[in-house]
Amino acid sequence: MALGSDEVKKIAHLARLEISDADVPEYAKNLSNILDFVEQMNSVDTSDVAPMAHPLELPQRLRADEATEENQRELFQSVAPQVEAGLFLVPKVIE
Amino acid sequence: MHTKTIVDLSSGLKEGAFSSEELVQHFLKRIDQLDPDLNSFITVTGEQALAAAHEADQKIKAGGAGPLTGIPFAHKDIFCTKGVRTSCGSRMLDNFIAPYNAGVTEKMQQAGAIMLGKTNMDEFAMGSSNETSYYGPVKNPWGDNLVPGGSSGGSASAVAARLSPASTGTDTGGSIRQPAALCGITGIKPTYGRVSRYGMIAFASSLDQGGPMARTAEDAALVLQTMAGFDERDSTCVDQPVPDYTASLNDSIQGLKIGLPKEYFGEGLDANVARTIDEAIAEYRKLGAEVVDISLPNSKLAAPAYYVVAPAECSSNLSRMDGVRFGHRCKDPVDLEDLYKRSRGEGFGEEVKRRILIGAYALSAGYYDAYYLKAQQIRRLISDDFKKAFEQVDVIMSPTAPTTAFGLGEKTKDPITMYLSDIYTIAVNLAGLPGMSVPAGFVNELPVGLQIIGNYFDEARLLNVAHQYQQVTDWHTRIPKGFE
Repeated sequence: MALGSDEVKKIAHLARLEISDADVPEYAKNLSNILDFVEQMNSVDTSDVAPMAHPLELPQRLRADEATEENQRELFQSVAPQVEAGLFLVPKVIE
Repeated sequence: MHTKTIVDLSSGLKEGAFSSEELVQHFLKRIDQLDPDLNSFITVTGEQALAAAHEADQKIKAGGAGPLTGIPFAHKDIFCTKGVRTSCGSRMLDNFIAPYNAGVTEKMQQAGAIMLGKTNMDEFAMGSSNETSYYGPVKNPWGDNLVPGGSSGGSASAVAARLSPASTGTDTGGSIRQPAALCGITGIKPTYGRVSRYGMIAFASSLDQGGPMARTAEDAALVLQTMAGFDERDSTCVDQPVPDYTASLNDSIQGLKIGLPKEYFGEGLDANVARTIDEAIAEYRKLGAEVVDISLPNSKLAAPAYYVVAPAECSSNLSRMDGVRFGHRCKDPVDLEDLYKRSRGEGFGEEVKRRILIGAYALSAGYYDAYYLKAQQIRRLISDDFKKAFEQVDVIMSPTAPTTAFGLGEKTKDPITMYLSDIYTIAVNLAGLPGMSVPAGFVNELPVGLQIIGNYFDEARLLNVAHQYQQVTDWHTRIPKGFE
């Protein structure tokens, strides 16, 4: 499975990850090698095998729908890059 | 003091041979002198450590001390520590002062253990050599320019160099066991769900598990006793009582059935490592264990399935690092997309980017069945292999890693070569089983680790099996030159 430069750029866009044009060929090569390696999975027929999502196959624990955490907005926003009036700031989204 | 085990240090503290403050000062001094070369710590928290030691001394005097009260430890920089930088080895979190404590951090604090600092690691735990860290590689104290293994490389190196009696680690595909093997120390990855993942920065949520790294199985048992247990804030943490891990350490292993999977002794295994493992197995025979040849036929599919599951989950988990609420933000973003892309492009290193891209590809429209679903099916086959094996045997043994510590830079050019250094540890994570690495000898003066794999929640047996071996061998007591 060989990935081309255009595909690498497309995936990088999907992942919202900037990679420089100069690095794209190296990524294409490495990612293609990894996909080739992963290809070994196809050496076995798994059509009758149920996928295993969780090692212990325990049901998801449920809890009552009650507020259990107190509001710690100031504490959590103390590590934010840019905050104003209790809001996280980002560049303008709507003109 | 630095050559003593936790067990000895704990009785020394209780008898008043030294105080926790003296102990902490001693280790801080060693870190100060020896770590500039090793680079095993990202952050040293000396002041906090001395204040906590002072408190521990009061507690010991008042007679309220537990086995870890006043005992120093090093904390992998993946566990959130309130008020202390928690970087996960990444530029992305270089400025991140955790606003809360991880479940494991709380438990260690409650037990009175003293955090000396946060240890270096592969960026977001993605790596097998500690070379992907933003803070530079860690050196293995056993040789010049050798890697300590990864991703818990700083934790392993610090314990091997006697800069800390024990440390915490996390293991997604071998990240406790492989560095433990390469640095000649003892490490255990517990059953998935045994230790809380709350506040442990997520890499691959269905595989990640925290555990202790120490010099002896007995010390590892003491630390695991504290780390393990239910935490309702982690939805996959298992609500099951934690057994007394030290109670069964001295049980006889007469009649223990050890399975040797032929797939773990084949191509790719260094001949000298193989011979060392054979000698360790011979030692177990002398202790009365019975050795059975077994097969785990789908073993060779473990690494391929892992390199789908782990990147897929990482690409999802790391989407929270977007430059908006915490972590690195690029300068002067022109719009929101630019903010996301450049913050992430600048914040993440090469290997992390590679894995995000692979994961995003595997999960993208049209590829889900061919990659993620297929990998989850392989995962079932691997888990079934282990189930069958454990109907026949009590534990499974193998080498932890195919070679001893390799050179810095030796495997960084080709990601696949690096991935293969975890071939014997990955399957255990896919199945969610507990696994351990124990020092089992040396090849050309470099340590070799024996891996012991157990059935679900059988940590007590693993520790017992390791402890019995450590009663008749002294590999775990060897100290690297220059760190005596």
